[in-house]
Amino acid sequence: MTWELDLIILAFVVIAALGAITIRDLLGAAILFGAYSFMMCLLWAIMGAVDVAFTEASVGAGVSTVFFVAAVFRTTRRTKD
Amino acid sequence: MKIIGLIIVGLTGLLLIYATGDFPDWGDPASPANNYLSTRYIEKTMEDTSVPNIVTAVLADYRGFDTMFETTVIFSAGVVCFFLLRVFEKKTDEEGLLRHNATGITLRIKGVEKISYSTGEFDRIDNLWTPQDLIITTACRLLIPFIQLFALYVIAHGHYSPGGGFQGGVILGSSIILLAISHDLRTSLTRISEKGAGLLCAVGVFIYAGTGALCLLLGGNFLDYGALSKILPLDPVSARSFGILIVEVGVGIAVMGSMIWIYSNVSSAGRYREGL
Repeated sequence: MTWELDLIILAFVVIAALGAITIRDLLGAAILFGAYSFMMCLLWAIMGAVDVAFTEASVGAGVSTVFFVAAVFRTTRRTKD
Repeated sequence: MKIIGLIIVGLTGLLLIYATGDFPDWGDPASPANNYLSTRYIEKTMEDTSVPNIVTAVLADYRGFDTMFETTVIFSAGVVCFFLLRVFEKKTDEEGLLRHNATGITLRIKGVEKISYSTGEFDRIDNLWTPQDLIITTACRLLIPFIQLFALYVIAHGHYSPGGGFQGGVILGSSIILLAISHDLRTSLTRISEKGAGLLCAVGVFIYAGTGALCLLLGGNFLDYGALSKILPLDPVSARSFGILIVEVGVGIAVMGSMIWIYSNVSSAGRYREGL
């Protein structure tokens, strides 16, 4: 795989990670975390670890995002700090 | 305090980045990871287990003990969510909303659990109710069987392609979660009840550990699936491949159960009345 694509995805990983910890809206943080997981999944796939990429896509980007959204729905959407 | 935290995090990050300089290059043939065990796995997996996907063979056979405890971790996650969140309350005079289907009028009455809904005259609806969209419910109802079929394929085809118990189980569980999101939590609970999810969780771990114990009883080591050839009409190599399939099914069942269990507990805040 070309290194340009690698670099773009890595940049997205960093942006999504920084966004997920700085954003005040917790629902947005959950979605950004899902995006982060999906970018990591792409990175795993590029590096040839297809099984890990599959797990990351189903668990990280799929189910854990749903769990986060459910938890936000039952608690509060705004952080205090 | 925040500044001190920032400095510590920054320093740790710099140290980690500095330490990555000592890593071997990606795909370096001389690196330790590529030299000792990997070669043995690559050369012997086909001979030992007749499984083309080496990752699956390492996960469920050579490193089967690790995977058994990973499954136990998933099981514990489900149990912990249950113990932390579940609230038991009396269901006698529970207030709830009903919709009269013919007129679309919404009623709030006591004792909604006792009414029979089989006639289709009334429907239970959630307090934070958004009208169930016909397009969403129909599309999800059409999609869910295919998702489940794909999940079964992922579990069963883990020997030949990426996939296996964990991924397949998550996909199976998320198909039920999709049902709970697109309809409501009660609909998904009629498919797999709370007890059912907890039971599936435990049964999956039991299948995994039971396969290991069965190998022990048949004279092999714990999780040495070759010993299964004594009770199956298979040679030891095929028996190892078959044993991998059995434990993958166990993992899939456990993961599916715990995903549904965690979702129902989290989304209804442990009350099992109204979900997301």
